[in-house]
Amino acid sequence: MTVNPTAPTRPVRTRGIEAARARQAIWLLLPTLIAIALVAGYPLYRTIYFSLFEANLTTPDQRSFIGLGNFWFTTEDGVALGFLQDPKWWGAVKNTLLFTVVSVTLETIFGMIIALVVNSAFKGRGLLRTAMLVPWAIPTVVSAQMWSYLYNDTFGLIGRGLLGGQALLANTDSAIWALIAVDVWKTTSFMALLILAGLQSLPSDMYEAADMDGASKWTQFWRLTLPLLRPALLVALVFRSLDALRVFDIMSVMLGNVNAAATSMTGYARQALIDNSLLGYGSAVSVAIFVIIMVIVVIYVTAFRVKFD
Amino acid sequence: MNLKTKNPALYYLQRAAFYVLVLVIAFYLLAPFFWAVLTSLRAPGDLFLAPAQFITAQTTFQNYTQVFANPNFQRGLLYSLVVAVGSVLISLLIGSFAAYALGRFRFRGKQIIMYVILAVSVFPQIAVLSGLYTLISTLGLYNNPVGLILTYLIFTIPFTVWVLTSFVRDIPGELEEAALVDGASPLQTLFQVLFPVMMPALVTTGLLAFINAWNEYLFALTFTSTNRTVPVVIANYSGATQFDQPWGQIMAASIVVTIPLIILVLVFQRNIVSGLTAGAVKG
Repeated sequence: MTVNPTAPTRPVRTRGIEAARARQAIWLLLPTLIAIALVAGYPLYRTIYFSLFEANLTTPDQRSFIGLGNFWFTTEDGVALGFLQDPKWWGAVKNTLLFTVVSVTLETIFGMIIALVVNSAFKGRGLLRTAMLVPWAIPTVVSAQMWSYLYNDTFGLIGRGLLGGQALLANTDSAIWALIAVDVWKTTSFMALLILAGLQSLPSDMYEAADMDGASKWTQFWRLTLPLLRPALLVALVFRSLDALRVFDIMSVMLGNVNAAATSMTGYARQALIDNSLLGYGSAVSVAIFVIIMVIVVIYVTAFRVKFD
Repeated sequence: MNLKTKNPALYYLQRAAFYVLVLVIAFYLLAPFFWAVLTSLRAPGDLFLAPAQFITAQTTFQNYTQVFANPNFQRGLLYSLVVAVGSVLISLLIGSFAAYALGRFRFRGKQIIMYVILAVSVFPQIAVLSGLYTLISTLGLYNNPVGLILTYLIFTIPFTVWVLTSFVRDIPGELEEAALVDGASPLQTLFQVLFPVMMPALVTTGLLAFINAWNEYLFALTFTSTNRTVPVVIANYSGATQFDQPWGQIMAASIVVTIPLIILVLVFQRNIVSGLTAGAVKG
């Protein structure tokens, strides 16, 4: 998205009008800025603030400052209290990263295949294009329930039929793969839509020239399509990765909130914060998640030189 | 096309393989949904049947009547509607002011504001959960739909501002110049000149924001206890006992909340694709 508008060439105006326009712009922006400050800025500040305290969710006013004790603290008896010392947290991090890397990779590959198919001319193209929108339109909670049912060991088409009554979701190690399959099903079409939009904006004359030169479709894909698609693909990749890193719904619905804490970073933070009422500890975990995600954004933006403008 | 005359066998083989791929894709995308619809139309006893018999078993609407008779689900639908419509209308109103300013005005700090809005839209919701929870409790909005409307603004506002800004920028400048020359104020210009032109954009953006709000789960689960929205009701749908999962009813409830979305998405198909890509892919 272009941040600097390609401003229409205006007639030269006096400085007074420009200044007045700038003031008007601030007034127009004010409601949005206030809303963002109220629902995003202030709560984020409070989360960071609480992360330095020991506090209970029900009585946030009775708190005591413990510095970074929520992150790392060992008592004199050698009991580790910080979440960075909790193997369950690192399990949640590992599972979330696995979930993100595998599902985003598969979604990109499948999305590319579907987009290439829909982009070529054939009978029934419109129908397939419409079918693409169905998984995307289904709420995540609903698709999680649909797949829970498919995976169910007594009724499910997959759990009973294909796997002969194996409880796929009972064990978090195997469950993570089942959850990845759900996410891939749900979001591949979103990827395909974004890639398709990118494909349709590619100039067709380059392909005509490549045809003339006798380049095979395979060569054309790797030498023309992919490099030209790079910007669109990277933006889609960034947004999908950030989305996958925040994953919670699928884990919570399919595994329950207790096992979600072992498989999703958000699930771990939410369990500490809400189910165990540990306001300080939960906030510290939330801050860590925020930092992890921001670091990944920075890596993406610098490594691939993704530009949003 | 020259392959068709040069080597017809290979040509038809390729076409056949291509159509097989199309069928596989269509099956992959639609089969799970089809199976959910089918399950919602079968009696609970039929769930034990083998797939072939299950497909041909008698169709019944009993799951749907039970789901609609469930007071939790009824209230869930109402709350979901109120919360989603409320947060979308607020976002469209104040978001269009911001989009007008960002798309049409020149002023210092615009770049920074755009980046802040983009940053908020990729915010992990969990990062604000504890802050929002204490804010909601202080304001006395726990278990209140107004609390959800307020908190949903964290994702509906950045989204509407972002997408509407790209639409506003594409509106020809002459329209607005004429209004300015006639001495119209910025709000008059926005409401009387730009809104009519922006209608398709507002509908698309509103629809996409509505879908996001309708589907939201983490905040709804955390900030309410009894006044649940439908995603939370469906996630915790239970039968007579805790261990009895009424799959037929769960699927029926799932279909009920999904069908309106699918109809909306199919009707506004073209706009949605342009709305989705307006925010993301303009390299």
